[in-house]
Amino acid sequence: MYLVFKNIIPYIVYQKYNNENSLVISVENLAFSLKCLKNHYNYKYTLLSCLSGVDLLGSTYRFSVVYDILSLTYNSRLRVKVFINEVTAVPSACNIYVNANWWEREVWDMYGIYFENHPDLRRILTDYGFEGHPLRKDFPLYGYLEVRYDESKKRVVLEPLELSQAFRQFNFETPW
Amino acid sequence: MLLKKKDLSHKLKNFTINFGPQHPAAHGVLRLILELDGEVVTRADPHIGLLHRGTEKLIEHKTYLQALPYFDRLDYVSMMAQEHTYSLSVENILNIKVPRRAQLIRVIFCEITRILNHLLAVGCHAMDVGAMTPFLWAFEEREKLMEFYERVSGARMHAAYIRPGGVSCDIPTGLLDDIFLFIKQFNLRIDEIEEMLTSNRIWKERLVDIGVVSAKSAVEWGFSGVMLRGSGIPWDLRKTNPYEIYNELDFYIPLGNNGDCFDRYLIRVEEMRQSLNLLSQCINIITSGPVKACDFKINPPARNEIKNSMEALIHHFKVYTEGVIVPHGETYTATEAPKGEFGVYLVSNGNERPYRCKIKAPGYGHLQALDFMSRGHMIADVVTIIGTQDIVFGEVDR
Repeated sequence: MYLVFKNIIPYIVYQKYNNENSLVISVENLAFSLKCLKNHYNYKYTLLSCLSGVDLLGSTYRFSVVYDILSLTYNSRLRVKVFINEVTAVPSACNIYVNANWWEREVWDMYGIYFENHPDLRRILTDYGFEGHPLRKDFPLYGYLEVRYDESKKRVVLEPLELSQAFRQFNFETPW
Repeated sequence: MLLKKKDLSHKLKNFTINFGPQHPAAHGVLRLILELDGEVVTRADPHIGLLHRGTEKLIEHKTYLQALPYFDRLDYVSMMAQEHTYSLSVENILNIKVPRRAQLIRVIFCEITRILNHLLAVGCHAMDVGAMTPFLWAFEEREKLMEFYERVSGARMHAAYIRPGGVSCDIPTGLLDDIFLFIKQFNLRIDEIEEMLTSNRIWKERLVDIGVVSAKSAVEWGFSGVMLRGSGIPWDLRKTNPYEIYNELDFYIPLGNNGDCFDRYLIRVEEMRQSLNLLSQCINIITSGPVKACDFKINPPARNEIKNSMEALIHHFKVYTEGVIVPHGETYTATEAPKGEFGVYLVSNGNERPYRCKIKAPGYGHLQALDFMSRGHMIADVVTIIGTQDIVFGEVDR
């Protein structure tokens, strides 16, 4: 399968999980590669089915952005990955795939990965005025603030979180 | 005072209104900011996230089995379809095969779920547009289907029945007979709903040529499921990437011609008939056998074995306390959920918790095209378009 991409797509690594193909591409080559994968006669990956971020806390490149693209013509799926660190911005894919818009907004909201030239990079899933990026691995599961209705102020107020018992994560040593 | 001409020519400002989040036709908690020119929509800006529960974050802190029930709660009208996708994705990484009986049970319940979802989609769509009766009829049928859910899992909605490696337990005796009885009478119920709607003048006036999506823009916007087939693209994952035993079953996928809301309604009705067809085929070919993959590192042993064997008891204990160890790997598994392509991008780093579980909800992709679909339509048509997209906020907001 990787021969199909060789010499056309400037990929760094070709990975195969079961029968799923994925290409690792550098950020500089991302826009070109996506354009090529979308429009090249032999690929026709015209449909962006999913775009996700992954936080790889502790590795050299902290985040990866994963594009799952689908070719209706050849009935084939491909995963395109880019690895970036906290300060690198990813070029927005909105001008290639229109529907990347909300998916990128979600990744921005959840991970704080900045997308260059995105038409409308606002938060999407979290509350108005939310701070932080909740899907980062260093963001605690319970967050920092709690919400309650204040009877005297007659509105909902945000307060620092107080837990009577801390969240416990049981990490088993696996002998088997 | 002298009036100058430039002061007289007043500028018209578009009217901006808030649609939702408590609007009954918003299908939940959609806050839609509509910019109106008279009654014509010039811009629609959906604000979502009011039902955001952080499912993906929670899943990262749970074991693979504990993460399963979250999938019922995403799109709460097609519960088992999502469990199924998640189970398939875990099985993909584990690289295990599911016994044939389990596959058939899964297909039966996926198709029941499809009927369940389309009944709600068509019923609520009709109610949004103004027809109350089909909604009530649809809900009576939904009740029967949820009883089937209840009989296999004990829960009417959030079943947690399809699990990685099979299904949680075998179906009770007599269930297939009752499903057969249901199939026999349900065709008539669809006919009744169709009699009320398909040739109804008001229904047609509200749906025909509303929210037209061309095949090109359907692909561009990343549509899937009925939204894609409504525009005439023959794409159904059950046919194109058959999973479970769909390649053995005989069914066809209905397609639309015009890509308008009426076509999509017709497709949903026809898909219900096809699901019935699939159900009766499955009932005919189902055989007895195990319903779980026989690997005690993934599925706990049977109850009577636990009573008699020490090793089985240990396995049971380990599976439910420590969880299933899933090797390094990643997968993007997609299935044809009733609303479209439901995908799970699962990354495992070789322990008992998913490292990352991205949920690709079809509704999220469809809702972002609301602006494109409703532009130039009247404000009342926005309701029709939300209905035809079959939005459920559990999956959009996650």
